[in-house]
Amino acid sequence: MAHLLYFASLRENLNSDQEQLDLPQNISQVSELKDFLAQRGGRWSDAFQAKSRLLVAVNQQMANEQSAIRNEDEIAFFPPVTGG
Amino acid sequence: MHISVQTEDFDVAGVTRALCEKRTDIGAVVTFSGLVRDRSSVQNLLALELEHYPGMTETALASIAHKAFSEWDIDDLAIIHRVGHLKPADNIVLVVVISAHRKQAFEACEFLMDYLKTKAPFWKKEITVDGESWVEARLSDLKAGERWQDRLSRENKSEK
Repeated sequence: MAHLLYFASLRENLNSDQEQLDLPQNISQVSELKDFLAQRGGRWSDAFQAKSRLLVAVNQQMANEQSAIRNEDEIAFFPPVTGG
Repeated sequence: MHISVQTEDFDVAGVTRALCEKRTDIGAVVTFSGLVRDRSSVQNLLALELEHYPGMTETALASIAHKAFSEWDIDDLAIIHRVGHLKPADNIVLVVVISAHRKQAFEACEFLMDYLKTKAPFWKKEITVDGESWVEARLSDLKAGERWQDRLSRENKSEK
Protein backbone atom coordinates (compact mmCIF):
# COMPACT_ATOMS: atom_id res chain seq x y z
CA MET A 1 0.00 0.00 0.00
CA ALA A 2 1.16 3.50 -0.82
CA HIS A 3 0.61 6.15 1.82
CA LEU A 4 -0.74 9.35 0.27
CA LEU A 5 -0.63 12.64 2.15
CA TYR A 6 -2.29 15.99 1.34
CA PHE A 7 -1.37 19.31 2.92
CA ALA A 8 -2.61 22.89 3.36
CA SER A 9 -5.13 24.19 0.77
CA LEU A 10 -5.08 20.84 -1.03
CA ARG A 11 -6.00 19.02 2.19
CA GLU A 12 -8.93 21.42 2.68
CA ASN A 13 -10.09 21.21 -0.94
CA LEU A 14 -10.05 17.41 -0.88
CA ASN A 15 -11.38 17.25 2.65
CA SER A 16 -8.79 14.54 3.30
CA ASP A 17 -5.33 14.59 4.88
CA GLN A 18 -4.21 11.08 4.01
CA GLU A 19 -5.18 7.68 2.63
CA GLN A 20 -3.76 4.24 1.98
CA LEU A 21 -3.94 3.29 -1.67
CA ASP A 22 -3.07 0.03 -3.38
CA LEU A 23 -1.40 1.43 -6.50
CA PRO A 24 -2.87 -0.05 -9.69
CA GLN A 25 -0.33 -2.06 -11.73
CA ASN A 26 -0.18 0.52 -14.52
CA ILE A 27 0.99 3.33 -12.21
CA SER A 28 4.75 3.64 -11.95
CA GLN A 29 5.35 7.39 -11.86
CA VAL A 30 3.90 10.50 -10.23
CA SER A 31 2.13 11.85 -13.33
CA GLU A 32 0.20 8.58 -13.68
CA LEU A 33 -0.90 8.74 -10.05
CA LYS A 34 -2.10 12.34 -10.55
CA ASP A 35 -4.15 11.26 -13.59
CA PHE A 36 -5.58 8.39 -11.57
CA LEU A 37 -6.60 10.69 -8.70
CA ALA A 38 -8.05 13.27 -11.14
CA GLN A 39 -10.32 10.56 -12.55
CA ARG A 40 -12.14 10.39 -9.23
CA GLY A 41 -13.97 13.48 -10.48
CA GLY A 42 -15.36 16.50 -8.64
CA ARG A 43 -12.88 18.18 -6.31
CA TRP A 44 -10.27 15.52 -7.15
CA SER A 45 -10.24 16.39 -10.83
CA ASP A 46 -10.04 20.11 -9.97
CA ALA A 47 -7.09 19.52 -7.63
CA PHE A 48 -5.12 17.12 -9.84
CA GLN A 49 -5.79 18.64 -13.26
CA ALA A 50 -2.71 18.78 -15.46
CA LYS A 51 -2.09 22.49 -15.03
CA SER A 52 -2.37 22.56 -11.24
CA ARG A 53 0.75 23.91 -9.52
CA LEU A 54 1.00 21.08 -7.02
CA LEU A 55 4.36 19.95 -5.65
CA VAL A 56 5.09 16.35 -4.80
CA ALA A 57 7.44 14.57 -2.42
CA VAL A 58 8.22 10.86 -2.54
CA ASN A 59 9.44 9.39 0.75
CA GLN A 60 9.88 12.93 2.08
CA GLN A 61 12.19 14.04 -0.77
CA MET A 62 11.05 16.60 -3.34
CA ALA A 63 10.15 14.80 -6.55
CA ASN A 64 8.58 15.62 -9.92
CA GLU A 65 6.06 14.31 -12.45
CA GLN A 66 8.50 11.74 -13.80
CA SER A 67 9.63 10.39 -10.42
CA ALA A 68 9.19 6.64 -10.00
CA ILE A 69 6.77 5.45 -7.33
CA ARG A 70 6.18 2.05 -5.79
CA ASN A 71 3.44 0.57 -3.70
CA GLU A 72 5.27 1.01 -0.36
CA ASP A 73 6.12 4.70 -0.88
CA GLU A 74 4.95 7.71 1.08
CA ILE A 75 3.75 10.19 -1.54
CA ALA A 76 2.77 13.71 -0.50
CA PHE A 77 1.04 16.37 -2.60
CA PHE A 78 0.98 20.02 -1.58
CA PRO A 79 0.81 23.60 -2.91
CA PRO A 80 3.97 25.75 -3.28
CA VAL A 81 5.52 26.29 0.16
CA THR A 82 5.19 29.59 2.06
CA GLY A 83 7.33 29.29 5.19
CA GLY A 84 9.82 31.75 6.66
CA MET B 1 23.89 22.27 14.48
CA HIS B 2 20.52 22.94 16.05
CA ILE B 3 17.33 22.46 14.03
CA SER B 4 13.89 22.63 15.52
CA VAL B 5 10.28 22.84 14.36
CA GLN B 6 8.21 23.81 17.38
CA THR B 7 5.07 25.48 18.62
CA GLU B 8 6.86 27.18 21.54
CA ASP B 9 8.52 30.57 21.32
CA PHE B 10 12.32 30.81 21.13
CA ASP B 11 14.82 33.05 22.87
CA VAL B 12 17.16 34.65 20.32
CA ALA B 13 19.86 35.49 22.88
CA GLY B 14 19.69 32.06 24.46
CA VAL B 15 20.06 30.24 21.14
CA THR B 16 23.04 32.43 20.20
CA ARG B 17 24.67 31.90 23.59
CA ALA B 18 24.30 28.12 23.29
CA LEU B 19 25.92 28.10 19.83
CA CYS B 20 28.94 30.12 21.00
CA GLU B 21 29.35 28.41 24.36
CA LYS B 22 32.94 27.31 25.13
CA ARG B 23 34.22 28.60 21.78
CA THR B 24 36.94 31.21 21.34
CA ASP B 25 37.30 30.95 17.55
CA ILE B 26 34.10 32.80 16.60
CA GLY B 27 34.41 36.34 15.27
CA ALA B 28 30.95 36.77 13.75
CA VAL B 29 27.40 35.96 14.75
CA VAL B 30 24.69 36.73 12.18
CA THR B 31 21.08 36.45 13.31
CA PHE B 32 17.90 36.71 11.31
CA SER B 33 14.63 36.54 13.15
CA GLY B 34 11.31 36.82 11.40
CA LEU B 35 8.20 38.15 13.14
CA VAL B 36 4.51 37.96 12.27
CA ARG B 37 3.32 41.28 10.78
CA ASP B 38 -0.26 42.48 11.05
CA ARG B 39 -0.23 43.62 7.41
CA SER B 40 1.27 41.63 4.58
CA SER B 41 -0.90 40.44 1.72
CA VAL B 42 -3.92 41.31 3.84
CA GLN B 43 -4.64 44.19 6.21
CA ASN B 44 -5.47 43.72 9.87
CA LEU B 45 -4.17 40.21 10.30
CA LEU B 46 -5.48 38.59 13.47
CA ALA B 47 -3.36 35.45 13.37
CA LEU B 48 -1.34 33.08 11.24
CA GLU B 49 -1.83 29.34 11.17
CA LEU B 50 1.41 27.55 10.25
CA GLU B 51 1.14 24.01 8.89
CA HIS B 52 4.06 21.73 8.02
CA TYR B 53 4.90 18.18 6.94
CA PRO B 54 6.24 16.47 10.07
CA GLY B 55 9.30 14.41 9.24
CA MET B 56 10.00 15.94 5.87
CA THR B 57 10.31 19.45 7.32
CA GLU B 58 13.16 18.47 9.64
CA THR B 59 14.90 16.53 6.83
CA ALA B 60 14.55 19.47 4.42
CA LEU B 61 15.95 21.94 6.98
CA ALA B 62 18.88 19.62 7.74
CA SER B 63 19.66 19.28 4.05
CA ILE B 64 19.57 23.09 3.58
CA ALA B 65 21.90 23.42 6.60
CA HIS B 66 24.34 20.85 5.17
CA LYS B 67 24.37 22.76 1.90
CA ALA B 68 25.35 25.94 3.79
CA PHE B 69 28.17 24.08 5.58
CA SER B 70 29.50 22.81 2.26
CA GLU B 71 29.37 26.22 0.52
CA TRP B 72 30.60 28.62 3.24
CA ASP B 73 33.31 28.57 5.85
CA ILE B 74 30.98 28.64 8.84
CA ASP B 75 31.33 26.95 12.22
CA ASP B 76 27.83 26.26 13.42
CA LEU B 77 24.23 27.27 12.89
CA ALA B 78 20.72 27.10 14.29
CA ILE B 79 17.39 27.06 12.45
CA ILE B 80 14.18 27.28 14.44
CA HIS B 81 10.76 27.53 12.79
CA ARG B 82 7.53 27.82 14.71
CA VAL B 83 4.28 26.16 13.65
CA GLY B 84 0.70 26.35 14.86
CA HIS B 85 -1.21 29.47 15.85
CA LEU B 86 0.81 32.72 15.83
CA LYS B 87 -0.21 36.33 16.47
CA PRO B 88 1.17 39.64 15.15
CA ALA B 89 4.56 40.45 16.74
CA ASP B 90 5.19 36.77 17.59
CA ASN B 91 8.51 35.23 16.59
CA ILE B 92 8.11 32.89 13.63
CA VAL B 93 11.56 31.93 12.36
CA LEU B 94 15.16 32.18 13.55
CA VAL B 95 18.42 31.55 11.70
CA VAL B 96 21.74 32.05 13.50
CA VAL B 97 25.09 31.45 11.80
CA ILE B 98 28.45 31.67 13.58
CA SER B 99 31.80 31.90 11.85
CA ALA B 100 35.32 33.29 12.19
CA HIS B 101 34.49 36.03 9.67
CA ARG B 102 31.39 38.07 8.98
CA LYS B 103 31.11 37.76 5.17
CA GLN B 104 30.77 33.99 5.35
CA ALA B 105 28.18 34.23 8.12
CA PHE B 106 26.15 36.98 6.39
CA GLU B 107 25.96 35.10 3.11
CA ALA B 108 25.17 31.74 4.68
CA CYS B 109 22.39 33.30 6.76
CA GLU B 110 20.78 34.93 3.73
CA PHE B 111 21.09 31.70 1.74
CA LEU B 112 19.47 29.70 4.55
CA MET B 113 16.47 32.05 4.72
CA ASP B 114 16.02 32.24 0.94
CA TYR B 115 16.25 28.47 0.60
CA LEU B 116 14.02 27.76 3.57
CA LYS B 117 11.28 29.92 2.04
CA THR B 118 11.19 27.90 -1.18
CA LYS B 119 12.31 24.38 -0.16
CA ALA B 120 10.93 23.58 3.29
CA PRO B 121 7.34 22.28 3.50
CA PHE B 122 5.62 25.01 5.54
CA TRP B 123 2.33 26.68 4.64
CA LYS B 124 0.84 29.88 6.08
CA LYS B 125 -2.83 30.62 6.45
CA GLU B 126 -3.85 34.19 7.24
CA ILE B 127 -6.77 34.82 9.54
CA THR B 128 -8.55 38.21 9.47
CA VAL B 129 -11.93 39.48 10.65
CA ASP B 130 -13.21 38.71 7.13
CA GLY B 131 -12.18 35.07 7.19
CA GLU B 132 -9.13 33.00 6.37
CA SER B 133 -7.04 32.34 3.29
CA TRP B 134 -3.87 30.45 2.37
CA VAL B 135 -0.86 32.58 1.50
CA GLU B 136 0.21 32.29 -2.15
CA ALA B 137 3.87 31.58 -2.89
CA ARG B 138 5.62 34.79 -3.99
CA LEU B 139 7.53 35.00 -7.24
CA SER B 140 10.19 37.19 -5.59
CA ASP B 141 10.87 34.42 -3.04
CA LEU B 142 11.16 31.81 -5.79
CA LYS B 143 13.53 34.08 -7.71
CA ALA B 144 15.70 34.60 -4.61
CA GLY B 145 16.01 30.82 -4.21
CA GLU B 146 16.86 30.37 -7.89
CA ARG B 147 19.53 33.10 -7.76
CA TRP B 148 21.46 31.06 -5.16
CA GLN B 149 21.03 27.90 -7.20
CA ASP B 150 22.49 29.63 -10.28
CA ARG B 151 25.31 31.22 -8.35
CA LEU B 152 26.34 28.07 -6.49
CA SER B 153 26.29 25.87 -9.57
CA ARG B 154 28.32 28.51 -11.47
CA GLU B 155 30.93 28.68 -8.68
CA ASN B 156 31.16 24.93 -8.37
CA LYS B 157 31.73 24.63 -12.10
CA SER B 158 34.48 27.25 -12.14
CA GLU B 159 36.28 25.50 -9.29
CA LYS B 160 36.51 22.28 -11.28
